[in-house]
Amino acid sequence: MSTNLLEMNHIKKQFDGLQVLKDVSIHVEEGEVLSIIGPSGSGKSTLLRCATLLTRIDGGEISYMGKKAIWTENDRVCMPPKNEIKEIQSCFGLVFQNFNLFPHFTVMKNITDAPIHVQKRNKAEVYKEARELLAKMGLSDKEDAYPYQLSGGQCQRVAIARALALNPKILFFDEPTSALDPELTGEVLRVIRSLADLHITMVIVTHEMNFARDISDRVIFMDQGVIAVEGTPTEVFSSSNARMKEFLGKFHQGEE
Amino acid sequence: MSFQVMLQQLTTGFGSTLVIFFLTLLFSLPLGMVVYFGRVSRFKPLSWIVKAYISIMRGTPLMLQLLLWYFGPFYLWGMNIGGYKFTAIILGCSLNYAAYFAEIYRSGIESIPSGQYEAAQLLGYNKSQTFFKIVLPQVVKIVLPSVTNEVITLVKDTSLVYSVSYIEMFALAKQIAAAQTTVLPFVIAGVFYYIFNFVVAWVMEWFEKKMNYYH
Repeated sequence: MSTNLLEMNHIKKQFDGLQVLKDVSIHVEEGEVLSIIGPSGSGKSTLLRCATLLTRIDGGEISYMGKKAIWTENDRVCMPPKNEIKEIQSCFGLVFQNFNLFPHFTVMKNITDAPIHVQKRNKAEVYKEARELLAKMGLSDKEDAYPYQLSGGQCQRVAIARALALNPKILFFDEPTSALDPELTGEVLRVIRSLADLHITMVIVTHEMNFARDISDRVIFMDQGVIAVEGTPTEVFSSSNARMKEFLGKFHQGEE
Repeated sequence: MSFQVMLQQLTTGFGSTLVIFFLTLLFSLPLGMVVYFGRVSRFKPLSWIVKAYISIMRGTPLMLQLLLWYFGPFYLWGMNIGGYKFTAIILGCSLNYAAYFAEIYRSGIESIPSGQYEAAQLLGYNKSQTFFKIVLPQVVKIVLPSVTNEVITLVKDTSLVYSVSYIEMFALAKQIAAAQTTVLPFVIAGVFYYIFNFVVAWVMEWFEKKMNYYH
């Protein structure tokens, strides 16, 4: 039996009285690709932000590889000591919707700075790996470019390389193509697909339905703060759930 | 008094002006950062005190502050202020400018998108690495034009120390003008200030260009 890399149990989160996540539980196994789809405001991104500890949960429990990252006891939020959090944090990476590259760093420095100065790894080795990553991303000629000199798609590929350079066990994507036009979307999706082929564990929040269907081992459809449908892509996309059908119907209309 | 003597005396005075200028910058630029951290401290009493400090520094004339810093210790505690004038001037100017710089830094730091902090957190940078490697270099670029403005104002504000009878270029120009009944010293002093500010602006522009390697 494969172990659960990530486990989120009974996650609750509210903003100003609005319950964004109502008791959501998900688990991610090693090597698995999980896509989370659903209408805007359904809580997908919040779930991802909770998983990556950017947003603090109100209730529930999150653990990575059996180690608790955050939990609640009698409505009080608890976290392990700092050094344990650091260790837990190092096992996941996140690719943002709007890249969040560091504008004052070159592409190379964006990728290598954290491995060198946070993980304290050997500089030559990190550079070698970064060049390999850039080659994989089709950006070998952009080493010395600054983010402002790149297209959105190129920026997102650098951001993916930056996340991968830290060798995370699990990589989260928060609507990685939502800020891109269709042409640039394609190149980013191709890169993510190639990562799936390498069996890198990924959790992807996306609005790209065809992509989610093709790439995922499992799909979650979220609606109004709960998981409405969950299963294999075939199961989810042929689900008889009314909200899912409505959502997909709108999507197919937009596709024409 | 010949033009040459006048020029010579004013040049000496300009030396004192420069000393006040550079010392004030030396202290107020870093002090502004300290004030900023106090201003945004989560410890509310500290943040309130610093807010009041900034408010007073910006809300009252620098000349009045200089008079208070210099004569205050004498009137309050009967302190012998004989050799204390220069210290009072640097103290007064530095504390005043630190308040302005703190607000400039704040505007710069607050304009850094939260995504930069989030990316840094996800990449494992600790708080000080995030500030010094990610935030500060970007802030420097953003605040440079505002800092230039403030520095140029400081050049001119050094003339305010004449209020505590400290002899620098402006005080000398006033003295010579009164004694020789001529406006020439004022013209010369004006040219000095202008040239110096021209240089300041040029240096800062060079800095801005250097920071233009990214957008």
